[in-house]
Amino acid sequence: MINDNLPVRRRTRMAQQWRAFTDSDLLWLFWRSKSTVVAFTCCLVILLCSVTSHWIAPHNVFDTTTFDLMDSELPPSWMSGGDARFWLGTDVQGRDIFSLMLYGLNISLIIGGISVLLSVMLGVALGVLSGYFGGLVDTLIMRFADAMLSIPTIMFTLLVSGVARVVIPKELMGHFAPAILTGAIALTGWMQYARTVRGLTMLEKGREYVMASRISGATHLHIMLRHIVPNVLRPVLVMATLHLSVAILTEATLSFLGVGMPPDQPSLGTLINEGNQYLFSGQWWIVAFPAALLVILSLSFNMLGDWLLDALNPKLR
Amino acid sequence: MQTASETLLDVRDLSIEFLHRKGNLQAIHHLSLTMQPGEVLGMVGESGAGKSLTGAAISGLLQEPGRIKQGEIWFQGQRIDNLNDNARRQLRGKAISCIFQDPLTSLNPVLTIGQQLTETIRTHLPLTAAEASERAINLLTEVGMSSPAQRMHQYPHQLSGGMRQRVVIALALCVDPQLVIADEPTTALDVSVQAQVLRVLKRLCQQHGTAVMLITHDMGVVAEVCSRVAVLYAGRIVEMGPVAEVIRSPKHPYTRGLINSIPSMRERHAFLAQIDGTMPRLNTLPDGCAFHPRCPNVTEHCQRQQPDMQFKHLSQIACFNPYGETP
Amino acid sequence: MKSEKVLPPEVLSVRDLHIRFQLGREKRSALFRRGAKRELHAVRGINISIRQGETFSIVGESGCGKSTIARALAGLYVPSAGSIKFAWQAEDGNVGRVQNGTQMIFQDPYASLNPRWRIGRSLAEPLVLSKKVGSTRQARNYCGQLLEQVGLAAHDLDKFPHEFSGGQRQRISIARALATQPGFLICDEPTSALDVSVQAQVLNLMRRLQQEHGLTYFFISHNMAVISHISDRVGVMYLGRIVEQGTVEEIFSRPAHPYTRLLIAAIPQFDNPSTEREPIVGEAPNPMSPPPGCAFAARCRFAQPLCQQTMPPVHALSEEHQLECHFPAAVAAA
Repeated sequence: MINDNLPVRRRTRMAQQWRAFTDSDLLWLFWRSKSTVVAFTCCLVILLCSVTSHWIAPHNVFDTTTFDLMDSELPPSWMSGGDARFWLGTDVQGRDIFSLMLYGLNISLIIGGISVLLSVMLGVALGVLSGYFGGLVDTLIMRFADAMLSIPTIMFTLLVSGVARVVIPKELMGHFAPAILTGAIALTGWMQYARTVRGLTMLEKGREYVMASRISGATHLHIMLRHIVPNVLRPVLVMATLHLSVAILTEATLSFLGVGMPPDQPSLGTLINEGNQYLFSGQWWIVAFPAALLVILSLSFNMLGDWLLDALNPKLR
Repeated sequence: MQTASETLLDVRDLSIEFLHRKGNLQAIHHLSLTMQPGEVLGMVGESGAGKSLTGAAISGLLQEPGRIKQGEIWFQGQRIDNLNDNARRQLRGKAISCIFQDPLTSLNPVLTIGQQLTETIRTHLPLTAAEASERAINLLTEVGMSSPAQRMHQYPHQLSGGMRQRVVIALALCVDPQLVIADEPTTALDVSVQAQVLRVLKRLCQQHGTAVMLITHDMGVVAEVCSRVAVLYAGRIVEMGPVAEVIRSPKHPYTRGLINSIPSMRERHAFLAQIDGTMPRLNTLPDGCAFHPRCPNVTEHCQRQQPDMQFKHLSQIACFNPYGETP
Repeated sequence: MKSEKVLPPEVLSVRDLHIRFQLGREKRSALFRRGAKRELHAVRGINISIRQGETFSIVGESGCGKSTIARALAGLYVPSAGSIKFAWQAEDGNVGRVQNGTQMIFQDPYASLNPRWRIGRSLAEPLVLSKKVGSTRQARNYCGQLLEQVGLAAHDLDKFPHEFSGGQRQRISIARALATQPGFLICDEPTSALDVSVQAQVLNLMRRLQQEHGLTYFFISHNMAVISHISDRVGVMYLGRIVEQGTVEEIFSRPAHPYTRLLIAAIPQFDNPSTEREPIVGEAPNPMSPPPGCAFAARCRFAQPLCQQTMPPVHALSEEHQLECHFPAAVAAA
């Protein structure tokens, strides 16, 4: 009676889901907002470029044999003195700006993305634990979050980076820099998720379907993972999208301050830092293009997150 | 000055629709009713039948994406559905007043009872603070609150549900409206408190001559308090008439099924008489009469054409095959 | 020769059940002295005995403790004192009543199902948790049958809760409760949130399932009319105590306790609307500070000083009919 295996009609179910999605209000709201469509397209293009950077970058900027000091400080190709090989010009070491931007984009996105992911995981986990168990657990976690929130983000990440520099020998810094940056940014971002999720968890915990599950013999872990977490993720998604642009900017700031990515593995922030020194000597392109890309990047994610906030608000449906 | 026709409220052929990107959904279809001054009309129906929506349209609280598609609402000889927001707001609170279901959210939690009452009174009547305060205390006494002078300084959370609802009634009646629209005023209360609050409402309205439109899904409440009742189904009135007649001998098959499905203490059977099926949603209304898929008296005519309201005895019925008088 | 009535076996025995909740402390009276503990004594000594196949109902207003009892029976609360014994278990107090053949259905149909799970998964969950099946897929056919039993269709398994109305969701909750084939079903106001016509359908469904499967119901409601229709025996609760208990005929035809009479009188008599209802005075006392004696004394017209001071004893008016009062003769005769 219980152990038979009726084949689940997977294909019709997927087709059903696709039709439901294309017909949904969410998609309709999306097409209505022109600015969001533009922002989304930018995000998509940027992500594509980042993923394919290895193939579309005209020069490999990590291989010191491929660039030549003779090519340094060349302006963009459409200006006089420019070289067709280097579309957006070169920096002081003779590296192609366009290729540098692509690699820098890659690094910025990876660090930003992973740190947000870690923040979300840490924040949701602590928030659910806090809201579900209450009492001492709740007090400890929330007061810890309060303490973390009172420390400014940049200061904390500076602190972490500073300590890392002392502890880790200089030769290995290049390997560890991305991980340290990611960890530092992740540690400063989890609190907002924890707080939001905690409130929602307390709400969901008292609902009848959770009670029904408990009566049927569910363990606390089962309830937290399978019932609570799926129902508290919606605002987290929105916050994460907005947080992504903040994380990217934080990493850029740190690199700009010189405590982020090293110059041989530049992120967009490092490039801006370098280029800044040459701004008033006339080589504006070294800083202008990476800066423009950073602006477009964070603006696009920000606008997308903003739209998601309104679109996923059930009261506005 | 009373106009020639004394009718207080005249709703003519009202239709309400909801704007939706896939096409508009019509929620109320050609609804017409009248109310005389001082009478208590009950609006009965299941959730989704449209009774709250009608109340909202009359009090001017209908919000986007809902809007009045056609029809007119006349109040005291004046047309009110096409007034601007400002005029509508003046009307609401002074001449038409509302009572809602949840007393906890009807009252401002950060103001005392006294502050809320006096604020409402002074918004609509030119009284000094002391006069407004005195009027408020009188009202609280009328609704049966013990020690009203002390209650004036209490906050809503310090009162029980029944007492809060009495305060809400006092708020609704403090400026002597002609019409009170009460949307499920006792559903959230305990049974014994419900009886008390309904009695207060009925007594006050008789004393002040206020008409009441009582929206509820509870036939028992209607039988206690109302003089006339309108039964709604899928956005239309299917039966309307004096309470005694509608309850004693319901003529529309839906009304009859509804009354029969209420468990009665007098007769205890193993199974209740149930109406099979559910009320159709707005976007899946059948052709013809909306009730025909569930109707025991259905004929082919019912499946094709929508019945109009006709007079039968003292009631109006929208049915091609209504029941006769119950002996 | 006397014919002996063969009673069905007892399935649940509750003896002197007390449930207290700690609610923090009062305000400090001095700097280094914590305020006294605040306690809500929700259930103050309940005795119930339920037999197989019957429907035992608890009726009372909000705050009387009936939902607390339901959750204690379901294993969600641990009793502070007293005992809960099901016929098929050794000891009480553990979560996971499904092993004990107990399940529960709830009042709010909109919160009874996880909105992000498909119906099939919600229905199969009790089976998966009690290890009767390995996964939702394996239980698909069985869950389809469950849905058909409650009047829905097998293909509804793939839908989400928001695609159903309140009444349909309540049926799905009933189907889920029946998945592990329990013998005992706790029903916490299952029809209070439903319209009258839907309520009739759900009550009829519950009655039919009871006849088909031999279920025992513990039914909670504040609606006397519903109680009178479906119960075999009734307990009337007031502020944490059962003030009157008996068969449904005894309670409704010969109500003894003044509170029972008040509840019956408070029902709108829609089929006899001209009768003026008895004037009802007062409201229930604060459950945080119940009086030492009879909790109803403040509203009772038979009250004497004794009533406020000492807890009234339980009198048996007949084999099943019990009344908790100091002056049963005077009260019952009135």
